[in-house]
Amino acid sequence: MISSIIFIFLLVTGSAFFILNVLKIRRNVLLGKDVNRKDNPKERWKTMILVAFGQKKMFARPVPALLHLFLYVAFVITQIELIEIVVDGAVGTHRVFRPALGGFYTCIVSFIEILSVLAFIGTIAFLSRRNLLKVPRLIRSELNGWPKLDANLILIAELILICFIFMMNGADEVLYSKGLSHATNLGDGSFGLTISSHLGPFFFGGMSEPSLHIIERIGWWGHIAMVLGFLNYLPYSKHFHILLAFPNVYYSNLNEKGEFTNLESVANEVKAMMDPSFIPPPIDPNVLMRFGAKDVTDLTWKQLLDSYTCTECGRCTSSCPANITGKLLSPRKIMMSTRDRLEEVGKNIDKNGEFKDDGKSLLIDYITPEELWACTSCNACVQECPVNIDPLSIITDLRRFLVMEQSTAPAELNGMFTNIENNGAPWQFSQADRLNWSKE
Amino acid sequence: MSEPLNVPTMADYIAKGESPEIVFWVGCAGSFDDRAKKITKAIVKILNHANVKFAVLGAEESCTGDPAKRAGNEFLFQMQAMTNITVLNGYDVKKIVTGCPHCFNTLKNEYPSLGGKYEVVHHTQLLQDLLASGRIKIEGGSFKGKKITFHDPCYLGRGNGVYEAPREVMINLDAELAEMKRSKANGLCCGAGGAQMFKEAEKGNREINVERTEEALALNPDIIAVGCPFCNTMMTDGVKYFNKEESVKVIDVAELIAQANDL
Repeated sequence: MISSIIFIFLLVTGSAFFILNVLKIRRNVLLGKDVNRKDNPKERWKTMILVAFGQKKMFARPVPALLHLFLYVAFVITQIELIEIVVDGAVGTHRVFRPALGGFYTCIVSFIEILSVLAFIGTIAFLSRRNLLKVPRLIRSELNGWPKLDANLILIAELILICFIFMMNGADEVLYSKGLSHATNLGDGSFGLTISSHLGPFFFGGMSEPSLHIIERIGWWGHIAMVLGFLNYLPYSKHFHILLAFPNVYYSNLNEKGEFTNLESVANEVKAMMDPSFIPPPIDPNVLMRFGAKDVTDLTWKQLLDSYTCTECGRCTSSCPANITGKLLSPRKIMMSTRDRLEEVGKNIDKNGEFKDDGKSLLIDYITPEELWACTSCNACVQECPVNIDPLSIITDLRRFLVMEQSTAPAELNGMFTNIENNGAPWQFSQADRLNWSKE
Repeated sequence: MSEPLNVPTMADYIAKGESPEIVFWVGCAGSFDDRAKKITKAIVKILNHANVKFAVLGAEESCTGDPAKRAGNEFLFQMQAMTNITVLNGYDVKKIVTGCPHCFNTLKNEYPSLGGKYEVVHHTQLLQDLLASGRIKIEGGSFKGKKITFHDPCYLGRGNGVYEAPREVMINLDAELAEMKRSKANGLCCGAGGAQMFKEAEKGNREINVERTEEALALNPDIIAVGCPFCNTMMTDGVKYFNKEESVKVIDVAELIAQANDL
């Protein structure tokens, strides 16, 4: 009874705290400008099923994709077991579904156990890739400090979680075989779990009944505590991708990657300039008119959602031609900076009720012009991202601000602009000479 | 090499009261860059050879605005776009072929919402069509035994998902087509895109075109095939960097087809 109350209390506070943080992130994302990503739901569902659910883009790199698949499937399937844990915890039962499901129960839990072993192997491999093999994209400078710790904490937490699962199942297997488990005795002598029916006797076989019950309870409570802890860690971590990957892919840009947005605010000005009869739509005096983006609030909500979805895997950066050749630009860092600044803006709002100018901005304070001007707009980063994040669109919007609001393009580019304006070509050739080649 | 080029302008057609099948959008590089002009001429030779009724805009063509847009100058881009759209719509243009993936991408994707709706193809796609419909044939032979590797232009490949057209065209050459490790969707940029063509690269430890050319040269090709005048410049410079200009040529797909037909 007391344990049920403690359990329900933990579950409710844990969930409530999580929801509170999710709502805060939702508010932050909605600080972005509107963009229509609700058209063509059929194509969107298809993309989400293939790319997010089906992990399609991950398999461009098969080894990490397979390791990740172990963790991903284990995570998804373990949620089934979690249902039972919640019911048991709240009602005070023990393995409540087993009598009704019988052999099917053994089958599901065994499947979870096998996946847990694979996930354990995957996690060890991931820890090694980061800390021993030092895969280049996983040790780059933008990961120094918190991002590196974050990544390792997640992996270690996963290992602990898996250990709890096997403590719980293993000790219970031994208890059950001795007729001492709290689970309903179906007279079969063993749960028959693929892994725990061997691991249990191996590790806990010689233990006394009270010790076994304690280990089983540590496993059970440890499991649910880890799940709730992990859930509440997510909003503070890059690991939030496990949830945001799905909506983020759903709201993907479905246009060709080569297509950049045409700024409507600019179109109105240009039309007014070229056609005297054109009447531009009225300007809302409450909305700050800006060409391009200086701060996170000038970006769209999708670009901000991208930043929260990024799990810092670095596929983008490792395929970026600028980064490969030693330039400062790293598309991953663009996403991390966007998120960091957005978090800062969010905290500012939490503290002051509304955003109070802090004299900082995404551009300059977080992302420098040198990074932006290194981009070749080749779309390699966009192509690589397994969850359809678009760093290029942020780079472009920041460049737009540099050029149109600050006139701080590199001098050679200003020369190119002047040539286009005067001659209709990026070089100093007269437009009248455009057909000369045909006579040469 | 004998026949003079027949390059009718849109104004010529109007004077005759006719309209062309397709407008050939030459582009700035194709009009003014000495190397790219050869590609332009190769495309015209093929169009003449295939009896395609095409027109150029000549002095009425202006930069699509692509480099301005990638650099962040949306004003200049839209000024260029709206000027060009006025010209194109004035001639009631329906279909355009470009000699450059940047013009292709901009006309195809970024002009429609500003009022310029056309069917736009890259020249490798047109070549593919002409081959499929039998309007041009490739006798082959001259490229037999040569090794060719194709460098995907970002704005043709990743930008618009066109990977097969240039490859299918080159299959007819009877040459050995070798793929770089980073090809198609994983292709590495030549370094010219995003208006980098018009500025010095930012500080780094290597030029992008050197990185890319090194990858191409590792295959020991006779020819690095390209489909973009800017990639052409970058890869040609890269080949020179490695002092391989005697043994490795950088050639546009259109030039390969023209050469195969002795045009």
